[in-house]
Amino acid sequence: MSNSTPSSASYEPTGRRLPVKTGPLLELDNLSTHYVSSRGTRVVRAVDQVSLRINAGETLGIVGESGSGKSTLALTILRVLPPAARIVGGRMLFEGEDLVQKSDDEMRHIRGKRIAMILQDPMASLNPLFTLGDQIAEPIRVHERVGRATAWNQARNLLKSVRIPSPETRVKQYPHEMSGGMRQRIVGAIGISCEPRLLIADEPTTSLDLTIQAQYLNLLRELQRAHGLALIFITHNLGIVAKMCDQLAVMYAGRVVESGPVSRIFNTPRHPYTEALLNSIPRMGDSEQRLTAIEGQPPDLAALPPGCAFAPRCVRAVERCRVEAPPEFTPDRGHTARCWLAASDPAPPDMLVQSGRA
Amino acid sequence: MAILEAAGLTKHFHARRGIFGGERGVVRAVDGISFTIEAGRTLGVVGESGCGKTTTAKLVLGLEDPTGGTIRFDGHDLQGLDPAGRRYYRKSVQAVFQDPYASLNPRMRVDAIIAEPLVTNESLPTAEVRSRVLRLLDLVGLPARAADLFPHEFSGGQRQRIAIARALALSPKLIVLDEPVSALDVSIRAQILNLLRDLQAELGLSYLFIAHDLAAVAHMSHTIVVMYLGKIVESGDARTLARTPKHPYTEALFSAALPSHPDERREEIILSGEVPSPLNPPSGCRFHPRCPHAMARCGDEEPLLTDVENRLVACHLYDEHRAPIRIAAGAAPVF
Repeated sequence: MSNSTPSSASYEPTGRRLPVKTGPLLELDNLSTHYVSSRGTRVVRAVDQVSLRINAGETLGIVGESGSGKSTLALTILRVLPPAARIVGGRMLFEGEDLVQKSDDEMRHIRGKRIAMILQDPMASLNPLFTLGDQIAEPIRVHERVGRATAWNQARNLLKSVRIPSPETRVKQYPHEMSGGMRQRIVGAIGISCEPRLLIADEPTTSLDLTIQAQYLNLLRELQRAHGLALIFITHNLGIVAKMCDQLAVMYAGRVVESGPVSRIFNTPRHPYTEALLNSIPRMGDSEQRLTAIEGQPPDLAALPPGCAFAPRCVRAVERCRVEAPPEFTPDRGHTARCWLAASDPAPPDMLVQSGRA
Repeated sequence: MAILEAAGLTKHFHARRGIFGGERGVVRAVDGISFTIEAGRTLGVVGESGCGKTTTAKLVLGLEDPTGGTIRFDGHDLQGLDPAGRRYYRKSVQAVFQDPYASLNPRMRVDAIIAEPLVTNESLPTAEVRSRVLRLLDLVGLPARAADLFPHEFSGGQRQRIAIARALALSPKLIVLDEPVSALDVSIRAQILNLLRDLQAELGLSYLFIAHDLAAVAHMSHTIVVMYLGKIVESGDARTLARTPKHPYTEALFSAALPSHPDERREEIILSGEVPSPLNPPSGCRFHPRCPHAMARCGDEEPLLTDVENRLVACHLYDEHRAPIRIAAGAAPVF
């Protein structure tokens, strides 16, 4: 890369050291986002009292079904909510600054520059009327205040870093000339173009084929290592979490029902929903076994049951669950669960069931 | 006993350019594939987009006519069927599609949706139709009052149950399941997969199960067929194939499947490149440009499906010795 400009050299994985920072990169504290109908009669608590933290260089998976509030949470972090949605409480500390308090103008300097996002559908997130070079160079020109030629030069380097063959010609082409996998990598290139500290990926591989998905996930991991990125993966696929993430937050009906290190949650889930979810996935080569299905349907967010939202579907629900919503308990260090069963002591869940039923 | 046998099944589409444009080429969507679906069993088809699995489903459903090869159902060749036989075939083979939000008419009540195949195919008294609808609803685990509601009043999983009830209305022998759970929420998928297995055990149904979720296919199927660019590259018993894939493509595909546990460590084979266009497939073995084990012969000579350890594999690695010749793992991919 001897002929590249100094500013573009930083896109190469040069083993750049990260500035040493104490504390988490992003800390959500009791964050709530509600959708309110125009006359104020219906309130949907899409994100309700969410507390999460993510450190620099870490990967956090946010898992949930459709309607669990995971996408609204991502939009809240970026402050790009639809008009009907309001952040009604809580704080979002990003590198020590509260994003909830930022003005729209200040957010414009953070969004795309320090926090970037990759959307689900690469077909819809690229503009068909502009060349790839224009689209990759746009955030660089806006945020870095460099000229067109420099930005395009960086765009070429970015294409190279996301493994697009012959970037010299590709940079002048339009999105329709790329395959789905390439488009998704280009969206990734736009995401990292301004060297963000945090990258939020909302279902980034759902539209990709398996072998292409594997390529893309590996690429994301390499980019993460090279740039010291913190990644938030929003997905319904526990396989992606198992493969990619360090930390996991499970959302149900707008709340984080369980969070903690991935392997601890997979080994000893403390919330019955997480446990049921893990048991309901078919595993390779277990065709004899019947799957343990979760009965019932996900709840309507506008008409949540009193008490724990999962109680109607929970096999371990006791009387208390139906009347009183559980607060967040911390059964182990760094492992939280919103379940009465996790309340008492760090006993294994099976014992808690028995004591709960007694 | 085989309920459906496909032999050398082929479907070529002619690609044209413009309105009066001449022929540009032939898309070999399905190119001479053979498979058997046993009565009461499930055949799983896996492969990436463009591999021909949906075209195969359409051929089996009679929605497309093959350009070559034969399909025999219950011992009868579909090509030679008279209209009555054709009608019988269409009644015996039904489908459940991916998206229950698109496959149910929003303006019809559930009982009309489920009764429609009964009304068009059998002349039954109204009361008999109604009682059959209620029995079908019960079979798929929906309450009787569901009959008078509209599709929008149901969630995705419940809608898929309605679609399954409709498919069962004519007591079919074979149901084509094209991605039946991928549009559903994770917590609902297991419900539907369990329902499908219960129905199979109860009614002796055969399934042609198409999905991109390999674990789900391995879970549901007795036999698996792996397709790549219109060809079968490997087929065999579901569990054996999932545990010890032989063809390099199957190997890569199963290694690309996501782990079910974070502590699960396995060798990852990341394929380079993407699936080539079926309009202009590579010569020889269609997988050779992406294959980590490709040899000189692979580009010239098309490998045939041969019997290797109780399964069929189309790969030159297994040509002579009928035993795997392994090239050191991590060998550089050949472009």
